[in-house]
Amino acid sequence: MGAWLTMSIDTSKVADTNSTTAATPKKPSKAGVVANWADERLGLGTVMKKNLRKVFPDHWSFMLGEIALWSFVVLLLSGVFLTLWFTPSMGEVEYQGSYSPLRGVEMSEAMASTLKLSFDVRGGLLMRQMHHWAALIFIASMMIHLLRVYFTGAFRKPRELNWVIGSLLLLLGTLEGFTGYSLPDDLLSGTGIRAADGFMKSMPVVGTYMSFFLFGGEFPGESIIPRLYTVHVLLIPGILLALIAAHMLLLVYHKHTQWPGPGRTEENVVGFPMLPVYAAKAGGFFFIVFGVAALMGGLLSINPIWKFGPYDPTKVTAGSQPDWYMGWPDGALRIMPGWESHFLGVTLSWNVFLPIIVLPGLMFTILMMLPFIEAWITGDKRDHHLLQRPRNAPTRTATMVALMTFYGLMWAAGGNDIIAIKLHLSINQITYFMRAAVFIGPVIAFFITRRWCISLQRHDEQKLLHGYETGIIMRSAEGGYSERHLPISDEAAYKLTARDRDEVWTPTTETDSNGIPAKGGRLDGVRSKLSALMYADNVQKPTAEELEAAHHHADHEHELQAPLEGHSADGHQFDGHHAVDGESLRGDH
Amino acid sequence: MLMLGLVMTGSLYAAFAPAQAESAESDTELIAEGRELFLISCVFCHGQNGEGVLTEGGTQYGPSLAGVGAAAADFQLGTGRMPLVQPGAQGAAKAPVFNEDEIAALSAYVGSLGPGPAIPDEGDYSIESLDDEEREEAISRGGQIFLTNCTACHNFSGNGGAMPRGGQAPSILNTSPEHIYEAMLTGPGNMDVFSNGNLTPEEKRDVIAYIETMRDQPEYGGFGLGGLGPVSEGLFGWLVGIGGLVGFAIWIAAHSTRTTKAPMKGTDA
Repeated sequence: MGAWLTMSIDTSKVADTNSTTAATPKKPSKAGVVANWADERLGLGTVMKKNLRKVFPDHWSFMLGEIALWSFVVLLLSGVFLTLWFTPSMGEVEYQGSYSPLRGVEMSEAMASTLKLSFDVRGGLLMRQMHHWAALIFIASMMIHLLRVYFTGAFRKPRELNWVIGSLLLLLGTLEGFTGYSLPDDLLSGTGIRAADGFMKSMPVVGTYMSFFLFGGEFPGESIIPRLYTVHVLLIPGILLALIAAHMLLLVYHKHTQWPGPGRTEENVVGFPMLPVYAAKAGGFFFIVFGVAALMGGLLSINPIWKFGPYDPTKVTAGSQPDWYMGWPDGALRIMPGWESHFLGVTLSWNVFLPIIVLPGLMFTILMMLPFIEAWITGDKRDHHLLQRPRNAPTRTATMVALMTFYGLMWAAGGNDIIAIKLHLSINQITYFMRAAVFIGPVIAFFITRRWCISLQRHDEQKLLHGYETGIIMRSAEGGYSERHLPISDEAAYKLTARDRDEVWTPTTETDSNGIPAKGGRLDGVRSKLSALMYADNVQKPTAEELEAAHHHADHEHELQAPLEGHSADGHQFDGHHAVDGESLRGDH
Repeated sequence: MLMLGLVMTGSLYAAFAPAQAESAESDTELIAEGRELFLISCVFCHGQNGEGVLTEGGTQYGPSLAGVGAAAADFQLGTGRMPLVQPGAQGAAKAPVFNEDEIAALSAYVGSLGPGPAIPDEGDYSIESLDDEEREEAISRGGQIFLTNCTACHNFSGNGGAMPRGGQAPSILNTSPEHIYEAMLTGPGNMDVFSNGNLTPEEKRDVIAYIETMRDQPEYGGFGLGGLGPVSEGLFGWLVGIGGLVGFAIWIAAHSTRTTKAPMKGTDA
C-alpha cells in the first residue's frame, strides 16, 4: 500500500491541493487555452489524439506519391499567381509589350497576357516555368507511384478502390495538363488544340457535333480558350482535390502497407508516428519539391512561347509535340498506317480514331481493371497489408513491364522526328520498326521479366537453404575446391520467407450427393489456365523440413571446415557480414 | 509545249537579265580559273561541261548545273555540302573544301553555264542601312514570314527538323546570312525555292534579320534544352525533376529520427 501511495501521480504541476480543500487548477498555458477553446467547439482533441500518433512505415518508395501531392501544391500556388495576370480571351489585340520581335503582331489577348506575364510581370516567367515544370513532375510522380503500388502488390484487397481513384487522378492530371498548355494560345498550343479537334472529329457520327459543341462552331472560333480556362482552373482542379482527399482518407483508413520483416505483420504497422517524425519528414519534403520546381523554373527554359509566336492555322513548327504525358498516344498516331474507309459518303478515319480514341481508352480501362483481373484469377479474398517483392509475383511484374515496354515504344515513336535528326536515322525506318516493335517488344519483355523474376526466386531459395556465397574458396584434403557458404542472418531469412505460398486455382469438379456436378462459371477453364500461368512456375519458399535438412547439411560442412576458422587465410571477416575494425586483409606488409 | 515555254522563258530572261557590274575581262579570267578547278573536282558527277551524268538506270550521279546559278554553287561549296562526302539522302554540311577565291571562281564558272540566281550582295541581306524603328519592324515582319514558311521544317528556333527518308532540314543557327539568302533563292536539296516573286528581296532580308535576332537574343527562360520543344522538356522533367526528387526521397528515408549519423546498435535502417 505504501508503495502505491508514493507512486501516485504528482499533480503539483497542474493543480494546488493541501488534501483538505478542493484542488484549484493552475492557470493553463496560452497554447492550452487556445487548444481547449478549439477542442470544445470543434472536437479536435479526439481526432488529433488518434491521428497525431498515427504510424507510417519508412521507405523511400512510399514517398513517391508524396512528390505528386507536393507538386500539386506547387501547382496550386503558382497557378493562382498566373491567374492574376492571364486573360482568357481570344479577342484580337496588337502586341505592344517588351518583347520587340513580336511588337505589332496581331494576337489573342490570351497570348498577349502570357507574353506580359513572361516579360513585364516581375517573377512572372519564373512562375510560368515553375508551374509548367511542376505539372510535368506531378504527372510523372503519379506514374512512378502507380508503378510502385503495382510492383509491390499494394493494390490488393482492401485497396482496389484506391487504385481506381489513383488511376482517375492520373487521367484527370493528364487532361489538366493538356488544358493548361493549350491556354497561352501560342503556335504549339494552337497546333495541339487543332489536333484535338481532329481527334474528336474522327469519332463516327458524334465527332463533328462534339467539335462544334466544344468550339462553339467551326474551329477555332472564339470560345475555346475561355472554356478551357474554366475547365483548367475550376472544374478539373476541383475534382482533383476531391479525389486526392478521398485517396488520402482511404490511405488513413486502410493504414499504410509495409515491407515484411521481424515484428511486422498483417495486423500492425511498424514505423514512425505522424508527430513529430513523419510530419517533419513530409513537411521537409514539400520544401524540397518546391525547391526543385523553383530551380528548374529558374534555370531551365520550358515552353518559350515568344519563339512560337501567336497561333495561326496557317503555321506549324517542326518539333510540334505534346507534353510528355500525351506523347504515347501521339506516337501511336504517328506510326499508325493511313487506313480510311468510305461508307455512304462518310469517311471513317481509322488512322486517327484507333490510335488516339480507342487505344488510350482501352489502355486506361486495362489499367483500372488490373487489381480486379488479378483478384479474379487468383481467387484471393484475403486482406493484404504486407508488400510483396516484385520477384515474388513474376507474372504480375512481367505484365507491368510488358505494358511499360508498350508505353515506352509508343513514347519513343512520339519523338520519332527528334530521334531521326539526333541519331541521323530515317524517320520512315523508325516508323516501320516501331509498327512491329510495339507488338513484339512487350511479348519479349514479358518472357524475359518473368523468367528473370523466377531466377531471382531461385537465388533466394539458394540463400535460404545453402547460405550466402562468401567468396572464399576452400581446398579439401583431397585437393577439391569449393566455395564456402555461410548461413544468412535470421532477420534476412525471415524477410525472405515472410510470404505466402502461391496456389494455382483449380475449378471444383466435385459432384453433390445427387450426382450433379458443381456449378462452374463458363470461364473456369480460362481462369485456371491463367492461374497456372500466374503461379505454376513460381519457386515457393522452402518448407520447415527442407530448411532443417539444409541447415543440418551445412552444419556438417562447417564442421569439416572448422580447422581453418581464424587462420590468416580465412578472410571471412571481410565478407561484409562481420565487423572488421582494426583488421587488415593482407597483414602489415 | 512545256519545254518550249521553259526554253523561251530562259532565253528571254538571259536576253534581258541585268549584266554583271564587274569588268568582263576579269570575269572571263575568273570563269576560266573556275573551269580548271571544275575539271579537277566536279566532272566525275556533273560532267565535263556541267551537263550532269546519268547512270545506266536513268538516275543521276550529279545533276546538270546549267541554270542553277552562281548562288547555288556558292551555297553548296561555301557550306561544304559539295563536294559530297558520300552519296546518300542528303549532302551534309562540313568545313568547305575550297578557299574563298576558289569558291568565287567555281561559282562564276557554274554561273556562266546558264542564267540563274547570282550571288547576293551584302546590301541584299543586311538591315544596317535601316533606322532603329524600321529595323524593329523588319525583324517583326521577318519573324512572321519565318513562322509561316520556315518553321514547319527548320523548327521554331531554327534548330532543324526531320525530313522523309533520312533527310533533315538542318539547323540554320550557324549559317551565314549570305548562305541563308542563297538557300532561299536556290532551294538546295528538299528545300523549296523562295523566288523573288514568292518572297521579295526585302522579305528575304527581314527573315534573315529575324534569324539573326533569334541567334543573338539571350535565353530568357534559362538553359534552352536544345530548342527542340516538348520532347527535350519531357526528358529533363524525368531526368532532373523526377530523378532528383526520387534521390531526395531516398535521402530522407535513409535518415532516421536520430541526430547522429552513425548507426546505433540494435536498430535497423
